[in-house]
Amino acid sequence: MDRLVMRTGGWFALALIAFAAMLAARDGGFAVHMGIVSAIALGLAVYAMRSADYAGFARGLLKMPADQGKYYDDVIRWGVIATVFWGLAGFLAGLYIALQLAFPALNLGIEYTSFGRLRPLHTSAVIFAFGGNALIATSFYVVQRTCRARLFAPKLADFVFWGYQLFIVLAATGYLLGMTEGKEYAEPEWYVDMWLTIVWVCYLIVFGGTVIKRSEPHIYVANWFYLAFILTIAMLHIVNNLSMPVSLLGSKSYSAFAGVQDALTQWWYGHNAVGFFLTAGFLAMMYYFVPKQAERPVYSYRLSIIHFWSLIFLYIWAGPHHLHYTALPDWAQTLGMVFSIMLWMPSWGGMINGLMTLNGAWDKIRTDPIIRMMVMALAFYGMSTFEGPVMSVKAVNSLSHYTDWTIGHVHSGALGWNGLITFACLYYLTPRLWRRERLYSLRLVNWHFWLATLGIVLYAAAMWVAGIMQGLMWREYGADGYLVYSFSEVVSAMLPMYLIRAAGGLLYLSGAIIMAWNIGMTIAGTPLRTEKPMRDAAYDPIADKPLIAAQPA
Amino acid sequence: MSYDALRHFADSWGLVFMGATYLVLVGCHFLPRGRRHSRHASTMIFQSDETEADHG
Repeated sequence: MDRLVMRTGGWFALALIAFAAMLAARDGGFAVHMGIVSAIALGLAVYAMRSADYAGFARGLLKMPADQGKYYDDVIRWGVIATVFWGLAGFLAGLYIALQLAFPALNLGIEYTSFGRLRPLHTSAVIFAFGGNALIATSFYVVQRTCRARLFAPKLADFVFWGYQLFIVLAATGYLLGMTEGKEYAEPEWYVDMWLTIVWVCYLIVFGGTVIKRSEPHIYVANWFYLAFILTIAMLHIVNNLSMPVSLLGSKSYSAFAGVQDALTQWWYGHNAVGFFLTAGFLAMMYYFVPKQAERPVYSYRLSIIHFWSLIFLYIWAGPHHLHYTALPDWAQTLGMVFSIMLWMPSWGGMINGLMTLNGAWDKIRTDPIIRMMVMALAFYGMSTFEGPVMSVKAVNSLSHYTDWTIGHVHSGALGWNGLITFACLYYLTPRLWRRERLYSLRLVNWHFWLATLGIVLYAAAMWVAGIMQGLMWREYGADGYLVYSFSEVVSAMLPMYLIRAAGGLLYLSGAIIMAWNIGMTIAGTPLRTEKPMRDAAYDPIADKPLIAAQPA
Repeated sequence: MSYDALRHFADSWGLVFMGATYLVLVGCHFLPRGRRHSRHASTMIFQSDETEADHG
């Protein structure tokens, strides 16, 4: 009872503080955010007061198995659901802004739905909400299995998950309300950054604590990648977001850095967010789930060690390639370019390591749609880590920078590598976490695979053509020394490519909707879809005889 | 430490230190016992005492 009073009182006090902050806020956006915090705290206070076992209630609603057993998996089940949900939200936002570029009327003439505000909503939703939830969920799953230990501090893990969702909600609503630090992929304002820092430190404690209490002597390589991802993101996030708020009751803040230092810090952050969030973290997924799904150990464990240390040592220097031909010192630009090119080797080493895991079982690509998805993800990993170094070469960058080629590159990596490997992991996890003998339908996985692949192909191809065309048109000089094309002519030349891109996005979103249905039905349980198996070697008794009659000896 | 001194440290001893650290971290897995160790580590995720999910 005392505990209940304390808990209810605590939530209620928090609600009051947030409400007071809302009333005293210097600007509307901050007031809205404090209102959200207040409402959530109030809701939690009411819940706590009714002392309902709401975790148990939600478990029943989502059909989660009740027993706790050896591992703590509830937070992972929530993570799977959140990943699917945010994925759909992020892909939908992406499709909408792709259509906005083709049809500007879709900006609707109001600030909240303008491209400039929806674009960070899209990028954050897919990278941090979809990707981040996938990373948190899979890291909790993998670290428990590979360390053979129950998650350290399960309540703290719950806090990490729900705290991260609050971060996503605050970030997303902030973009729509026009609150931004103006730093790409680090747009949230100072107080949201501070909240994320708290959540992230707790994440490190949960993950690191589980590794420390492990009962398996060796730390499996996937955990190295997860740990590198968690530590590096903490460092990047804190340094790049050093800023001074104008008021403790207002949303606006100013960066601790200025000018070219600010730009370099931003792209040191930005590129390593790619390197450690979208690469190292997802490689951790690859190093556990690909061997598990293929039922064979990783091709070369030592190659995975080389892969790991090479990525760690090289990636951190590659950021300046985002600032070619700027005020950044020339040597720094060259440094960024050289390290980007060196990254070719570990990236391809890792891709080959993942693909060769199937050595001797290549038939699984034909027979298992989940393996097929993983292989396609690895192929896109290889392709975009080939394309990236090419684009970081200064001569190429002078053509590609500021064009849609960059967008194509990012999406071949994000949709192809991060998206497909995440989908494959979700398909792997769902039946195991919800105690189903298999997925609702493997044929739907096959549909998802082809819709997603076709979508990426349309997307990437359209953006290559658009980007190179754009770059060439911008730099086209006439005989008299004037630019041949005006900016608007370049824009109107892009319309067909923008339409193809939106079509690709629609296919990708359709695949994700099929996945949501498939995973939802798997969670709902019986009956699983009765369907013809994906592979069927027919037996023909008539043909089953020796071709030639036995000859006398 | 001035910018200039830092700059020269970075492209001399700093670089040597980083390269050496990298070689040690990777190289220690190529010692003679590394092969057996790696084989054990890579098959560890398939050992039968592992349960797939918390319900076994």
